[in-house]
Amino acid sequence: MKKSIITFFILLVTLQSCKDSKKEATKPVAKTKEITDLSIYNLPSQWTTQDGKNIELKSLKGNVLVMVMIYTSCKAACPRLVADMRDIEKKLDLKTKKNVKLILVSIDPKTDTPQKLKAFAIANNMNQNPWIFLRSTEDNTREFAAVLAVNYKQISPMEFSHSNIISVFNPDGELIFQQEGLGVNNNETIERINQEAQKI
Amino acid sequence: MRKSILIIILFLAQIPSINGQESRMVPIKEGTFVPLYGATAKKPVNVRSFYIDVYPITNSEYLSFIKKNPSFSKSKIKGIFADKSYLSYWKSDFDFGNANPKSPVANVSWFAAKKYCECQGKRLPTMDEWEYVAMADEKKIDARTKAEFNKYILSWYEKSKTYENPIGKTFQNYWGVYDMHGLVWEWTADFNSIFLSGESRKDKSQDKNLFCGAASVNATDLMDYAAFMRYAFRGSLKAQYSTRNLGFRCASTTKL
Repeated sequence: MKKSIITFFILLVTLQSCKDSKKEATKPVAKTKEITDLSIYNLPSQWTTQDGKNIELKSLKGNVLVMVMIYTSCKAACPRLVADMRDIEKKLDLKTKKNVKLILVSIDPKTDTPQKLKAFAIANNMNQNPWIFLRSTEDNTREFAAVLAVNYKQISPMEFSHSNIISVFNPDGELIFQQEGLGVNNNETIERINQEAQKI
Repeated sequence: MRKSILIIILFLAQIPSINGQESRMVPIKEGTFVPLYGATAKKPVNVRSFYIDVYPITNSEYLSFIKKNPSFSKSKIKGIFADKSYLSYWKSDFDFGNANPKSPVANVSWFAAKKYCECQGKRLPTMDEWEYVAMADEKKIDARTKAEFNKYILSWYEKSKTYENPIGKTFQNYWGVYDMHGLVWEWTADFNSIFLSGESRKDKSQDKNLFCGAASVNATDLMDYAAFMRYAFRGSLKAQYSTRNLGFRCASTTKL
């Protein structure tokens, strides 16, 4: 009986949360621009950084985002993906680099706790600007991957198979460029990032 | 005579129950199977017990969802959640036009399908769960080795416009589930965990770089062409896509 009451309340809460919230529409218009139709800032998901800070993606608005999905215990492609990200960072225009965030999103949130991400960040000397590590629930991660068109699958307790894609988002959070593959020529990626970062 | 009246009465009695219980779920018992794709070294995958909708979601059910959530209507949905073909056969935001109310809703994106299920307190089935239910025919939990079963599925793939048929007209499988084959293809929660040879348009020699661990995600039995088609289709999808022959149904881990 108690259980069914609890279930009922949980159901009630989830049912309500899925209704379109009318509150937002009545909120006074802030000076920030509206979120555009194709923006990842439409995603309401909560994420945690390597410092244990809880954020919504929205809080990254106004930066050029360079994002890649990895998992820290990966032995095969991820070290190379991380190297590709470092290579991009090295080549960024120094004048506008402050407008760019390089973000590594974990596809293995069970293993990749904030502590684990922090340790990885320190070990790889990436525990400072412009690097950010993020993790969320498995559900939010799956949804985020769907936005990026990144495919991934757990193939053993410690291993994931995943697409190697580095995605570039403009300050509005719109996907503007994707670099596919490992160790590929990144000239165009750099060019697009610098172009967008100059506009800020 | 009496018998036929009885049959008619029974038949009539069933209609309202079908109408009123489209969202009815049935339990699926825990079990293992070797999926066509996704198992490492052909090891069986364990599927925990769960519940699944007996029918795919219909036009009329989807309409009531949209009425409560107008931001998922044809004109309001955000570009990041659905491409231009979203509900393209609907006449307007709250009107599915000439489509049969009892036909499966199609031209819905993964985001919209996911949201719909969440609003029912449910979720989309995982690919393993879906395939596990779909391998049953009327009598057997796993009918994949039966020639007639495969023929049935393959002959459906060749039929056109089955998405216009109402739900519940194909066979009822071992679990009491209808329309896993023969009506529409369906979204799964983790459709984006497929690794075929990348995109078929791409140069095959590049695949090693596109996918890490691709070699360990091989097909277990290439003879299962029907399943191969499904996985290939899923592999070609993006979450914003929507097509006329792709619908969905919901699942739940716990009893609702």
